[in-house]
Amino acid sequence: MPSDLDYRSPSTVDHALALMSEAPGGAFLLGGTDLLPQMRTGRRAPSVLVDLKRIAELREIRETADGGLSIGAAVPLADVETHPLVRARYALLAECVSTVGAWPLRQRATLAGNICNASPAADTAVALLAFDAVVGAVSSEGRRTLPMSRFFTGPGRTALRPGELVTDVVLPATSRGFAGSYLRLSRRKGMDLATVGVLVGRSDGELPPRYRIALAAVAPTPIRAVAAEELLEARGPKAAAEAAELAMDACAPITDLRGSAEYRREMVGVLVRRGVAMLERKARP
Amino acid sequence: MRKTITLEVNGASETAEVEVGTTLLRLLRDGLDLTGTKEGCNEGECGSCMVLLDGRPVNACLVLAVEADGARVTTVEGLSRDGLLHPLQRAFLAHAAVQCGFCTPGMIVSAVALLRDDPDPSEDAVRRALSGNLCRCTGYRQIVDAVRAAAAALRAGEGAPEPPRRAETRPTALPVREEVPA
Repeated sequence: MPSDLDYRSPSTVDHALALMSEAPGGAFLLGGTDLLPQMRTGRRAPSVLVDLKRIAELREIRETADGGLSIGAAVPLADVETHPLVRARYALLAECVSTVGAWPLRQRATLAGNICNASPAADTAVALLAFDAVVGAVSSEGRRTLPMSRFFTGPGRTALRPGELVTDVVLPATSRGFAGSYLRLSRRKGMDLATVGVLVGRSDGELPPRYRIALAAVAPTPIRAVAAEELLEARGPKAAAEAAELAMDACAPITDLRGSAEYRREMVGVLVRRGVAMLERKARP
Repeated sequence: MRKTITLEVNGASETAEVEVGTTLLRLLRDGLDLTGTKEGCNEGECGSCMVLLDGRPVNACLVLAVEADGARVTTVEGLSRDGLLHPLQRAFLAHAAVQCGFCTPGMIVSAVALLRDDPDPSEDAVRRALSGNLCRCTGYRQIVDAVRAAAAALRAGEGAPEPPRRAETRPTALPVREEVPA
């Protein structure tokens, strides 16, 4: 890494923004589990690292006034997946988080870092998309919120502006209590990106239930398969095979070392059908 | 750019001047001569460089030394007490959970963190806790057995059994497995 690389660790958001405006070539640092390897290979070459981990405001998980849950940008994934409120209300998020890397990696990696890296295979993003999460962001122009549905703009690209940082990710109260599974294919269980990831969720205790289907590693960004969800909401689990076809139509996979485009597309169908079947099995005592 | 940092390593306060790009791994190995922490992949995949950072197991190759300013670091060298190996280290010896040994310090540090949080881990829990540690000699069976044996010993409050003398190690410690054809 270059010898003129600087490092700052501000204790307030305002100071972090000021440091970044002085050094436009800088990068915000959270867990560093993506950024440091990218710097080593030369894919990124920031002039200064502005470490956000010492900002108390970004280190909290707290309930919002309207019953949602705010997860601060600097909270490690290990703390997200073990948090009692996450497990009780957003168990599918905990499940998705627990598939990222391995337990030690999740002591450093963060939810905000995972979505800012904007990998098409981002495991946490499928839950955040499914739950209509909202990203809190702040820049020198002020605070704003971005819905997850508009956060990703392409592989490695987000709707954040230069110098803007993520403060938290908010899960709305209306997305509490979804049952379901995150079905993920990878070459080994730890430390591998998903070849295909399919989240199938259904709201508990509502008639008719809401369905959620979100896909990782089968399109330029993680995506929701909204047409498949709507079909299941209209016709119930007996329409699983047709919903699986609609989910396959929603994806646009590539061929890479983890699998071919054809394989990925097929597996989306298999995993959607399996996920709906698992919902039925879980629902019966 | 150079920065001066102070951190606690294995109970001792250390002050060092480091380049911003220097990882905690390089500081431990090159600056503090703690070579028990290994450099394998240097990109957070293999777990050979596992240390405890404020009690959490982390890949030291993915932490900049400057990020550890003010932190408490435990390396494999910090596990023994008064010359007596940690119960996990003794269990690794007793179960022959070592082949080339390169991954062993990282495995043991990950296991220390596991047993602190879960004194009676299932086999599955052990495998999950060690999923960030690669062994290229493929000795996972013995490693999992060693971690569970150390857990049982720690629960019994007796520490692990005394380290076996060298001559006794193999015949007494290698588990007999029925699936292996005679």
